[in-house]
Amino acid sequence: MSVHVSTLEERIRLQRTDGSPLATQEYFVNMGPQHPSTHGVLRLVLRLDGETVREVIPVLGYIHRGIEKMGERLGYRQFVHLSDRLDYLSALSNNWAISMAVEKAAKIELNDRIQVIRTIVAELQRIQSHQLWWGVFGMDLGAFTPFLYGFRDREIITDIFEETMGSRLTMNYIQPGGLMFDIHPNFVKRTKDFLTYFKPKLVEYETLLSENVIMQERLRGVGKVDAEAAVSLGCTGPVLRASGVAHDLRKLEPYGVYDKVQFDVAIGRTGDCWDRYWVRLEEMRQSMAIIEQLIDNIPEGKHMVMKPAAKIKLPEGSTYTHLETARGILGVYIVSDGSEEPYRIHLRTPNFNNLWMITEAAKNWRLGDLVAVLSSLDIVVPDIDR
Amino acid sequence: MNTWEVTTLAERSAEALSSSFWGAAGYLGLAMLGMAGFVAVLGMVLIYAERKVAGHFQCRLGPMRVGWHGTLQTVADTVKLLLKEDIVPYQADKMLHILAPLLMFIGTILVLLVLPFSPIVQVADVNIGVVYITAVSGFSVLGILLGGWSSNNKWSLIGAMRAGAQIISYEVSATLALLVVVLFSGSLQLSEIVRSQAEGWWIWRAHGVGIVAFLIFFIASTAEINRTPFDMPEGESELTAGFHTEYSGLRFAFFFLAEFINMFLVAALTSTLFLGGWMPFHIGGFENFNALMDLIPAGLWFTGKTAFLVFVLMWFRWSFPRLRVDQLMRLEWKILLPIGLVNLFVAAVVVLYGLYFFPVR
Amino acid sequence: MDTLRLLGAITALEPRAKQKENTDRAAVEVPVDAFYSLMGRLKSDPQLAFDMLYTHTAVDWSAKGEGPGEFELVYQLYSMTHGHYLLVSARIPRDNPVAPTVSPIWKIAEWQEREVYDMFGVLYENHRDLRRLFLEDGWNGFPLRKDYKDEFMLERPE
Repeated sequence: MSVHVSTLEERIRLQRTDGSPLATQEYFVNMGPQHPSTHGVLRLVLRLDGETVREVIPVLGYIHRGIEKMGERLGYRQFVHLSDRLDYLSALSNNWAISMAVEKAAKIELNDRIQVIRTIVAELQRIQSHQLWWGVFGMDLGAFTPFLYGFRDREIITDIFEETMGSRLTMNYIQPGGLMFDIHPNFVKRTKDFLTYFKPKLVEYETLLSENVIMQERLRGVGKVDAEAAVSLGCTGPVLRASGVAHDLRKLEPYGVYDKVQFDVAIGRTGDCWDRYWVRLEEMRQSMAIIEQLIDNIPEGKHMVMKPAAKIKLPEGSTYTHLETARGILGVYIVSDGSEEPYRIHLRTPNFNNLWMITEAAKNWRLGDLVAVLSSLDIVVPDIDR
Repeated sequence: MNTWEVTTLAERSAEALSSSFWGAAGYLGLAMLGMAGFVAVLGMVLIYAERKVAGHFQCRLGPMRVGWHGTLQTVADTVKLLLKEDIVPYQADKMLHILAPLLMFIGTILVLLVLPFSPIVQVADVNIGVVYITAVSGFSVLGILLGGWSSNNKWSLIGAMRAGAQIISYEVSATLALLVVVLFSGSLQLSEIVRSQAEGWWIWRAHGVGIVAFLIFFIASTAEINRTPFDMPEGESELTAGFHTEYSGLRFAFFFLAEFINMFLVAALTSTLFLGGWMPFHIGGFENFNALMDLIPAGLWFTGKTAFLVFVLMWFRWSFPRLRVDQLMRLEWKILLPIGLVNLFVAAVVVLYGLYFFPVR
Repeated sequence: MDTLRLLGAITALEPRAKQKENTDRAAVEVPVDAFYSLMGRLKSDPQLAFDMLYTHTAVDWSAKGEGPGEFELVYQLYSMTHGHYLLVSARIPRDNPVAPTVSPIWKIAEWQEREVYDMFGVLYENHRDLRRLFLEDGWNGFPLRKDYKDEFMLERPE
């Protein structure tokens, strides 16, 4: 019994043979790796009937770097810096995922200061990631101004990060056993200033895009995915919550200090683009609420409970640990044979699992809707390809 | 009261023809040179204005380095575009590919020729001016469709098809709104329409019908020139650049320039028809006020009104997201067209039966 | 459901499922011929209701031990309604890596399996569209196998 392995040409060729006498001619278009709205090097082969999208075939691999293979030759602390490069817009959450996996397996105990600071920077990272998403979302739909508003506000957080961590994008800050550096003395003040600055700006965001009737017309009812389909398609994060599934790891399996703060989780109703948009805006507000509760009471302590050069060995066996990044659930599955390097490390990335929703959600919508759905999924392509 | 004497370049060159051939030729040569220079300078000014306006809307400054506050930026960009390699895509229809931007440009220039910039600055005053404009502005459809088709690129074709559908649909609404002004002013000739606004501009003197017609005309014209929120044909985030994806260098400059001059044209037409063109702001019956307004030269009135409307068009572009194609068509056929028709009917009733509060003619 | 009851329920469903050692959460190991029916029941049984397939991957055990070695296919399941986890693993021989597809049960498996095929060479029967995901269609070799070599790789000096 042999299994047939096909190719892309076969996939594209096969579909052309359908057509009744009254059908219009369908055609294949390549929304290629270089495209203003694929957010990275994602290639989508579209089968179009006029303006209507009949099928979406994502073609991946343009930024496949073999991170999982590299992981088999690196120590755990070295692997953390690779995790930055996955979904670089929530780099700190990625770092935290690896660190949490290692700490859980090696049974490393952390102190409160580390947990609180990790929570604060992860929430700042969430706000920052959503700001960029909001700007790019407006730009994809034709409103060019939100892009600059989002980036302008994002720069403030980036500057805060740069002062503490030394880097603007791939921070490599949260390490197994603690943090790379202690927070800068200005960190608390600057974060509080940011919160005061950004609250009215969020209202401005709403006025600029959310209350715009063109925006609402383009988003409401478009690309609906119901709860069951979303779960079966492996969606997590805001995409899943927009479809009405109340699943947020920060509430269900609290890590960091999420169990000690009060915040709400935004759940959508219909799973259309509007719900995905609104859920993320609401998440920004809730993140600000979390930071507000924590920023004034950071406990004292050391920022690293292990010696930085200590070698980490995980016991033999496998672990699966996950947490909620800005885009969904990042899971780390480590198979260790007792040595310093993992035998196999696999990353369950949120964007890989969210992407395939587009094959269902964009069917029989128009080209403009495809762009809206793709943008509302908020994918970052290096996370898909690893 | 001021009686405006209108003379056009065409009239003057006809006069000159009766006395000497070279005089007429001189006038025509002057017209061509002037038009070319005007279009070039206008294009540069508008592009610079767009970039500055865009910058300030986006909390940044726009071009600042080339020249004082970036004023020479467009010059630099034009030089760059002229020096670029002229590419015709492989297996594209070469003749059509070269022809398309020219066609679009022709449509633009032909409309520019009949615009009344001031009582003494107008190239030709066609006595069916409004009909001529509606007819000739169809050249841009040809240019876009040919550009998209000849590029041998599916994305360009999608953009061109969208543009074709969009422009010919919105021409209907624009024409219906135009007809309201024609009804009120009683003439198709543009200079006559401007002169008829001596007692006040049609936008408010036409009793509400004028305001509705103004809005419809402005919206429909924004759609005609493919500006956001109606810029689906060149939907940057979907089609990369739509029908002009495969153009580079001088021919791209033509498309680009044509778009900006079109924007100027729409603003100029709207201000001519609804805001009085070069006619100062008069209120019928207030002679001293009118005389005061007359002190500002007519050319300046026209420039000011057009500049304001150009700014509004730019404001649209940098604030709104874009409509989807079917929403665009729905806006035209199900919303603007019925309103336009009803508006025209009401305007006809008002004019015919004299149902107005203050004299309209 | 806690781990003990979960394992009990699963062994009741499929007697050949054994508990897997050295894992952090509930894990079972199933022989590959009993595999597909168990997966179906794991999703449809209302007490278990594993409706989310978080991840599916494979581990190449050929670097440990002699012989051609085995692939271990790993499925991490989760139940939205009950909130419990389960790791299902199945071992297949490396020189004939064939396994049934679970994409009729969880749609996301279609692409997770394509990734495993791309990286390891595991062939899935009845898969709708089995082809490479990240690498080009004509690529030779399967990168995540332990004995993979190509001319671009940098060897670490021992």
